Amino acid sequence: MNDDKVMIRVEHLKKYYNDHTIHAIDDVSVEIDKGEVVCIIGPSGSGKSTLLRSLNLLEMPTAGHIFVDGVDITDPKIDINLHRQKMGMVFQHFNLFPNMTVLKNMTIAPEKVLKEAKQEVDARARALLERVNLADRADAYPDQLSGGQKQRIAIVRALMMQPEIMLFDEPTSALDPEMVGEVLDVMKDLAKEGMTMAVVTHEMGFAREVAERIVFMDAGKIVEIGSPEDIFENPKSERLQDFLAKVL
Amino acid sequence: MFEKWKADFTLNFIDNDRWMMLVRGLIATLEITAVALIIGVAIGIVVAAVRSTYDKNKDEMKRRGTMSYYVLWVLNLICRIYLTVIRGTPTVVQLLIAYFIIFASSTNSLGVAMFAFGLNSGAYVAEIIRGGIMSIDVGQFEAGSSLGFHYVQTMRYVVVPQVIKNVLPALFNEFIVLIKETSVAGYIGIEDLTKMGDLIRSRTFSAFMPLLAVAGIYLVLVMGLTALDDRLERRLRKNER
Ligand SMILES: Nc1ncnc2c1ncn2[C@@H]1O[C@H](COP(=O)(O)OP(=O)(O)O)[C@@H](O)[C@H]1O
Ligand SMILES: [Mg+2]
Repeated sequence: MNDDKVMIRVEHLKKYYNDHTIHAIDDVSVEIDKGEVVCIIGPSGSGKSTLLRSLNLLEMPTAGHIFVDGVDITDPKIDINLHRQKMGMVFQHFNLFPNMTVLKNMTIAPEKVLKEAKQEVDARARALLERVNLADRADAYPDQLSGGQKQRIAIVRALMMQPEIMLFDEPTSALDPEMVGEVLDVMKDLAKEGMTMAVVTHEMGFAREVAERIVFMDAGKIVEIGSPEDIFENPKSERLQDFLAKVL
Repeated sequence: MFEKWKADFTLNFIDNDRWMMLVRGLIATLEITAVALIIGVAIGIVVAAVRSTYDKNKDEMKRRGTMSYYVLWVLNLICRIYLTVIRGTPTVVQLLIAYFIIFASSTNSLGVAMFAFGLNSGAYVAEIIRGGIMSIDVGQFEAGSSLGFHYVQTMRYVVVPQVIKNVLPALFNEFIVLIKETSVAGYIGIEDLTKMGDLIRSRTFSAFMPLLAVAGIYLVLVMGLTALDDRLERRLRKNER
């Protein structure tokens, strides 16, 4: 650990696809402080997911650097798996393991990766289930759960690894409207506890209420970045104004 | 009419205990099939593991420039050549090459047949398993990675259990196909079920009964296994939740 207040520093990140014909991310630089909640908004295809997924190297950057806790994770010599343990990720489509119970989904990584004792891990899992009001579903299988329940499990599964950072890629986009609230509530609690969070979202209400800073992306670039007031009350660029006009 | 059938039946099956030839043939057929299946599944798992590990990790390994990338590249190439050759040539020809060229000095034709059919089956099993791995949602791999699993752990705890469930029916089908495929074992002098039926025919100069008996035995075997397969699949579906 260094005691710099910056948790993640992205420098001139580029991600190209298809022999460099698609510029999913085109020279993006941004910092996320410890304990900060940053929401990433923008039209579909603007590179939000690619940026988020680059942070735990699910996408390998074409160029640029990403420093986490001062360590350059784009260095080929770095142990990616070790790095990913410190970063939880929540996906749009949950990606729970269908062959395991809810409890097993939560305990398998701490047990097998961190080699923690089963009893300890089980107790922690049950406490977390309690917190998201799913204590009674510990022995259920994922396809017996509603979308909102699945996503809450996915969040606590990631928390089981006791990460320093949580990444969310449109965590509520696959949910029926009535289930969005229960997932956002869990995320708000997490934010209050001081978790560092990067959230790609279309929930403008959530972004306005919870985010310290909002990043607006378009065509692979960060077009505007600022506090919720800056972004929502004083959008400077035309592209952001157009975007807000459509989504608000 | 009935008298003639009865005489035919007696000649082909009762005289000289010829029905025992069919029993011995059936045992040979089942032995070859069983051992070939075990060999085939073993080869199939290894080949599928090499192929899908290469496909899923080549970019990352290349980036890190590790030696294991080149090892895997060579292994993958060998597997691809194996798959192409086996699936591009007739089983009988492979059997003949195994017996008369590769193991020319061996007198154990049963062993050669088990090896040849196993090697053949391995190619098809490999593609079944690889297909099973490829059919797993990429989100499962990503979720595993995001929890800090390395590739082997993701495979072991997340992917393989799902693959086994998905490919069991297809593997069972391969088993059924294999039973019928072994009927060419007679080409290298093995007295399997088909060969025995043909032997009876050549001795009694009566084709109808022995050949239909042989066909009937295969049919019963395959139908029995198909029924078992249906039950297996229903069980698997029930365990879904
Ligand atoms: N694996 C890929 N191969 C090719 N193009 C991709 C790939 N992933 C993303 N893209 C492209 O990169 C751009 C940004 O995608 P993405 O980050 O998913 O956008 P967003 O999450 O903002 O909707 C899009 O044009 C998308 O089509
Ligand atoms: Mg996206």
